[in-house]
Amino acid sequence: MKKITLLIMLAIVATACGDKKTKNKTSNNEEVISGKIKIDGSGTVFPVSEAVAEEFLKVQPKVKVTVGESGTGGGFKKFAIGTTDINDASRDIKSSEKELCKQNNIDYVRLTIALDGITVVVNKNNTWAKDITTAELKKLWEPNSKINKWSEIREGWPNEEIHLYGPNTSHGTYDFFTEEIMGKSGASRSDYNAVSDYNVAVQGIEKDKNALGYFGLSYYEENKDKLNALSIDNGNGLVAPSLETVANNSYAPLSRSLYIFVSKKSAQRIEVQKFIEFYLNNAPSLSKEVGYVPMPASGYEAQKIAFKNAIVKH
Amino acid sequence: MNNSQKNKLIDTSFKTIGLLFTYFGIAILAILLYKIVHAGYTRINWEFLTSLPSRKPEKAGIYTAIIGTLDLMVLTIIIAIPIGVGAGIYLEEYTKKTKLSLLLEINIANLAGVPSIIYGLLGLGIFVRFFNLGESILSGALTLSLLILPIIIVATREAIKAVPSSLKEASFALGASKWQTIQKVILPSSFGGILTGIILAMSRAIGETAPLIVVGAMAYVPFIPHSLFDSFSVLPMQIFTWTTRPQAGFAIAASAAIIILLILTFAMNGIAVYFRNRWQNKLGK
Repeated sequence: MKKITLLIMLAIVATACGDKKTKNKTSNNEEVISGKIKIDGSGTVFPVSEAVAEEFLKVQPKVKVTVGESGTGGGFKKFAIGTTDINDASRDIKSSEKELCKQNNIDYVRLTIALDGITVVVNKNNTWAKDITTAELKKLWEPNSKINKWSEIREGWPNEEIHLYGPNTSHGTYDFFTEEIMGKSGASRSDYNAVSDYNVAVQGIEKDKNALGYFGLSYYEENKDKLNALSIDNGNGLVAPSLETVANNSYAPLSRSLYIFVSKKSAQRIEVQKFIEFYLNNAPSLSKEVGYVPMPASGYEAQKIAFKNAIVKH
Repeated sequence: MNNSQKNKLIDTSFKTIGLLFTYFGIAILAILLYKIVHAGYTRINWEFLTSLPSRKPEKAGIYTAIIGTLDLMVLTIIIAIPIGVGAGIYLEEYTKKTKLSLLLEINIANLAGVPSIIYGLLGLGIFVRFFNLGESILSGALTLSLLILPIIIVATREAIKAVPSSLKEASFALGASKWQTIQKVILPSSFGGILTGIILAMSRAIGETAPLIVVGAMAYVPFIPHSLFDSFSVLPMQIFTWTTRPQAGFAIAASAAIIILLILTFAMNGIAVYFRNRWQNKLGK
């Protein structure tokens, strides 16, 4: 019996140690560099960073890029103590996080890598709500909001209970929405279905005629056949969320930028420099591929200059 | 209806209810299995097992996640077995019934019930930060070892307890020392039980996500760990990442990964059952 056990153990160890031969296709004549780059942060930005890391691996197979998704805030906690080189963020850095970076001598540069819209969505069978004003959204979502029925939002909407879905407090999307609609980041009613996984919100709204929720545009784009998006009126007329209206900034105020924060200390390393260059060169096509909206080309040029300045000034 | 008929009726109805309760759990499991297998079986092939994670759901694979899981399991075993079995032997064979040993026993039983996320936070505080091991596979393995130690200790003690005292006494009567008795008599005859405990502990560890997220398992790791201090990903982490993505293709990939994880867990449980049966037969003879 001992022998059998030993064999099993050996088999496990052997599998675990088995190394896959890496294909060394160096199709380009770029100098091969090596190193490690650690990225963490927003789950919203994660698909973009993952896509860039995946493509970068083909160009620089010796640079080990890892991407985590602890959320924008969770990521900043690691970034501020120097654990990570790059933090993905779906909102700007908060003053408390700035303070923490300062305490630990972490200087950084903020680069915009794509645009995204927050969509307010309802059930496919919702026949009444086609649009909503920012004032109505504020009334609905503000802390201690007394609105529990559709009819209380706008006259003429049915006298039925409204069921709300939104991201939980760890999401940058939550911070951004509350900042834009309520005027204060984090100010929100708390009696809604707070999800950590947007697919849960998608499924919830899909099955409930009286549901309303908000999340990133990519989740709506993937589920267009199951959900309706509301047009937003901020006083300048109705604008429906779409890749176009986000790109030309007319979908206000719920269009946002997606960022990466790069530690200036890490940016001194050649592999990080190459990676960021690669990131900004490929962000237009890759961000589009994973469901976000690229900036105009001039936007990316500005980011490249900002990054170059950050390296020199350090 | 007379009394005996009444009793019979109660008897049958209880039997039926008991049967329904028994099938309830199994039925839920069957539905779950059906849904998962139905959704994911199309993705399971060699390519899925040997591809790196990708932004394209139809190309994404679990190579690094599955190797990360296996590496982590091996490391965890290496750390947890000597400590767990050693502690089990000590507690069962050497300690006298003092207040201290009672306290130890109660605490180990308590530890077995601590939620896994707490172990994650403990691992983050001690291994990642204090010992500065970083968000590495070593930190992950040490954390998981802590998590399964109580299970191994309890299993070891139960297995040793089950060794008939006649065997031990015979060994002592032949003049063997305590260590010789443990080494030559007690351990071999309790080996099956200890192994069962270890494998069951591992099948708990293999599905853990929460403590590993806390100690820094990454969602995208395109290489397998080469040293103890490398970043790592594990299957549950990969599944978790995929289920949160908007594209439907990732849900299919997640189902496929769940099938693989279930196969691993069932296989380990199967091995545990096999050894338990063999061990019982051996002792029974």
